[in-house]
Amino acid sequence: MMCFINWHVIQPVILTDMKTFLTFVKKEFYHIFRDRWTMIILLILPIMLMLLFGFMMSTEVKNVRFAIYDPSRDVATHAIADKMKLNEYFIFTGYLDSPEQIDEIFRKGEASLVMVFNNRFYDNMVHTGDAQIQLIADGSDPNTASTFTLYASNIVASYQQDLMGDMKIPYNIQPELKLLYNPTLKGTYSFVPGVMGMILMLVCAMMTSVSIAREKEFGTMEVLLVSPMKPIQIILSKVVPYFFLSVINLTTMLLLSVYVLDVPVTGSLSLLISISLIFILVSLALGLLISSMVDKQMIALLISGMVLMLPVTMLSGMMFPIENMPWILQIIANIIPATWYIIAVKKIMIQGLDFFSVFNEFLILSTMAVVMIGVSIQRFKYRLE
Amino acid sequence: MESIGKTGIFNSEIVISADKLTKKFGQFTAVNEISFEVRKGEIFGFLGANGAGKTTAMRMLTGLSHPTSGSGYVAGFDIYTESEQIKKNIGYMSQKFALYDDLKVWENIRFYAGIYGVPNKEIEPRTEALLNKLGFEKERNSLVKSLPLGWKQKLAFSVAIFHEPKIVFLDEPTSGVDPLSRRNFWEMIYDAADRGITVFVTTHYMDEAEYCNRISVMVDGKIEALDTPDNLKTQFNSSNMNDVFYKLARNSTRNSD
Repeated sequence: MMCFINWHVIQPVILTDMKTFLTFVKKEFYHIFRDRWTMIILLILPIMLMLLFGFMMSTEVKNVRFAIYDPSRDVATHAIADKMKLNEYFIFTGYLDSPEQIDEIFRKGEASLVMVFNNRFYDNMVHTGDAQIQLIADGSDPNTASTFTLYASNIVASYQQDLMGDMKIPYNIQPELKLLYNPTLKGTYSFVPGVMGMILMLVCAMMTSVSIAREKEFGTMEVLLVSPMKPIQIILSKVVPYFFLSVINLTTMLLLSVYVLDVPVTGSLSLLISISLIFILVSLALGLLISSMVDKQMIALLISGMVLMLPVTMLSGMMFPIENMPWILQIIANIIPATWYIIAVKKIMIQGLDFFSVFNEFLILSTMAVVMIGVSIQRFKYRLE
Repeated sequence: MESIGKTGIFNSEIVISADKLTKKFGQFTAVNEISFEVRKGEIFGFLGANGAGKTTAMRMLTGLSHPTSGSGYVAGFDIYTESEQIKKNIGYMSQKFALYDDLKVWENIRFYAGIYGVPNKEIEPRTEALLNKLGFEKERNSLVKSLPLGWKQKLAFSVAIFHEPKIVFLDEPTSGVDPLSRRNFWEMIYDAADRGITVFVTTHYMDEAEYCNRISVMVDGKIEALDTPDNLKTQFNSSNMNDVFYKLARNSTRNSD
């Protein structure tokens, strides 16, 4: 079969398609700009959430009350105790007289951390190099507990460093615990990637699915489908405006993060933007998928709000570490695109890692994008039958 | 309304034809071997109780649904293979009037003209002419949600035929509208038919059936009767279409609500 591509014939077709497409996109922006709530969700909500999580909901731990059980009471233990007392995160409640009091003080809630030194601490440190400190924490709030035990071990480690600096003798008080990437344990750091994942998911999936469901509810989708517009054109024209807005949101969030929350982009900015664009595509496809299943705006809203947002906030590792979840939740967490996006953003933005370190996340998200776009277009066509 | 000479219509070209058109959903036969022809400029009423298969039949003709068997041609194009061509030659008005509430009157016109590929140069003057004809000049910049239902209906119809299609499909275009508006609306339909636009209309209102040149009555997926309103009344020995419809539909086995 001969195959001629006649540009003079094709060109007008492309131009007409382009014109139709622009007409549609313009209409879509009218919808967006004329609806107050759409505008609020699209433009104000991302800023609000960033600031809210950045400033108010930080997981920073302050004013942790601690007690000390110290049978040694020597130079070293006093020095460490002083360092703890001086630290702004800790408040000293007093010395305990016996180990039995440890349990008691926790039960009464008078302290959430007890520092226990062993006997003859300094002697052991100097002679055998085997001095021990036990940090006992109230684990009822595991997130906070793990945070302030880290603080405390850091303080011990810093004492050790001081000694080494003065005497040039390698004492070993306890295994070195170095805090990578977030040395000041700033809460904002871990929240920025999470909020970014959440917002992009919200804007893309929710807004797209609701706007398509609205066309169905008002009967305009039917008219569009009878029109010469091809289904793929309708999908594209629906998706493009939200893609644009997501890019704007991404920019706003990055600017807020860098200039207001002081969370810098340590790694490559272009890498961060690329992975964000892929994630936006995944979310848009998810929105299309939802809209192919429902005919009512309210249901689209509920599905994207509850079924999507809940796992994204709870299971994506944004709030709770995935490693600590039961295996079934871990599996769910691994299916959620936001999980991979948040991991990648943490690696690029905070740890400053290069492309090869996020290759896995890139691969997974790209695969998800391709599969979801394929499925949603297929489903959209299927609906026409 | 009497301006349409019936002999004129019956001599003109056939623009819709269906031959044993069938649609099955699994075991259920929604449309069962329907055959009919509609000629240019004709107002063809498509009647039937809810669930009789009207909507399914119309979806097949407008390219929204593939038939299970049978053949059909709309505006000279095969409904199986040339739905893209069909779509360029038809207009469609849904019972929800399908306008965008949050768009202004002129924006709605502009949008639909755009997706039907009306050239930019023509959109402006034709919008003017349309607003003039409808007496909507003052409403040009009003949001559609502020218009009364009867006006929305008129606008929806005008938008559906703005690109001068060969055929316009109207899906229960008068539901929920007061009698006076309905009357006005039928004037518009006649006007369109006079300009050579074929009108394919489904309706619930039997008095409206009388306005059609010919009507078909679907019962349980089949066309049980097809003729001019007068001939049908004679055939079923009834004084009005309501009676005709009742006689045809009372044997229906499908639920009609």
